[in-house]
Amino acid sequence: MKTTTQTMNRVKTLKIDDRDVSGSEHQTILDVARENDIFIPTLCHIDGLSDIGACRLCVVEIKGSGKLVPACATEIQEGMEVFTQTEALAKYRKLILEMLFTEGNHICSVCVSNGHCELQYLAARLGVDHVHLPYLHQQRTVDASHERFIVDHNRCILCTRCVRVCDEIEGAHTWDVTGRGTKARVITDLNQPWGTSETCTGCSKCVHICPTGALVEKGKSVAEMSKRREFLPYLTSMREKNNG
Amino acid sequence: MLKTKSKSLPLPSDDRRWQLVNATMRRHGYEADALIEVLHSVQSAFGYLDRDAIQFVARSLRVPLSRAYGVATFYEHFTMKPKGAHTCVVCMGTACYIKGTPAILNGIETSLSIHEGETTADSKVSLLSARCLGACGMAPAAVFDGEMVGKLSTEDAVARVERWTTE
Repeated sequence: MKTTTQTMNRVKTLKIDDRDVSGSEHQTILDVARENDIFIPTLCHIDGLSDIGACRLCVVEIKGSGKLVPACATEIQEGMEVFTQTEALAKYRKLILEMLFTEGNHICSVCVSNGHCELQYLAARLGVDHVHLPYLHQQRTVDASHERFIVDHNRCILCTRCVRVCDEIEGAHTWDVTGRGTKARVITDLNQPWGTSETCTGCSKCVHICPTGALVEKGKSVAEMSKRREFLPYLTSMREKNNG
Repeated sequence: MLKTKSKSLPLPSDDRRWQLVNATMRRHGYEADALIEVLHSVQSAFGYLDRDAIQFVARSLRVPLSRAYGVATFYEHFTMKPKGAHTCVVCMGTACYIKGTPAILNGIETSLSIHEGETTADSKVSLLSARCLGACGMAPAAVFDGEMVGKLSTEDAVARVERWTTE
């Protein structure tokens, strides 16, 4: 997580993809990579919210370690050598995306977020041209009970950005996750229709933070739902300031 | 700031069992981190958690409703529907699965005419599955009213649950 600390931080030097880079203590591999224009794909990460390392798209290799680590949730260390673009990683990342596609029901051609979707963008960028796994074709529901928004569970990848933005920034904690495994879903309050939620403030942060077309505004047609995210860094820094 | 804790909310009903639940909450000072403990006491007092119970606990402990619901549905131990008088838990862990618990589960489902996770209409038997009972050496295994039975056959399993239904 990015923080604006006033205290002096020690500088650490490391290598990412054979490039010498440096960052301050407590920065993550992802932070340092992005500062140096090194691309690491992410889905559950978003600047301004806590990191949970759930989507595993940002996995990187570290020399001397057999384990893959999530770049968003791993702090840099002096002298570490990170590899972000190996053949194995490319394979794993594609597999992760394929699993996301088979678990939900993602049909870009009729999706309001077509062209503005992070899942779609990453699939194109990472070269997912086929899905080699069987589709689960799960029966999932659409909840349009809210007067302004819709949650379409078919397009949800359970990144929990909505859960975190609602908890950490809005402070309402309307969203959470119920169940586990393939039965897991995001829910509002006591798993009730969104429109009947007593805690939802209707602030729309979750809608705009959602990487796919799972949370959208009503009244949008195919490819019309582009999302505004500029508010998040401001809100995050204001919240930090006010909370000391 | 909402800081007036350590006071109980009005109990949902006159049911004496709510006092047990409230006692658990009081013992933990109505702290939010007592959530699982309190859900346990609801589960053991009532046999299941319903929406009213989760809402009461969440409000008493000042836990977000969705988090309380999420916790209640995450753990297999908590059930959202009343359980039957008897419970059969079939292990679906890897070892038991390979040793044939899908067939055993199927046999029980057919015999009771219910699906996994359901309770018979006469409230006599609940049929559940578990990820792993930790008794892989005894595979295939199931639990009948708290008693673990290993090296189970479909006939034996069906006979056991049918005995319950004819009680």
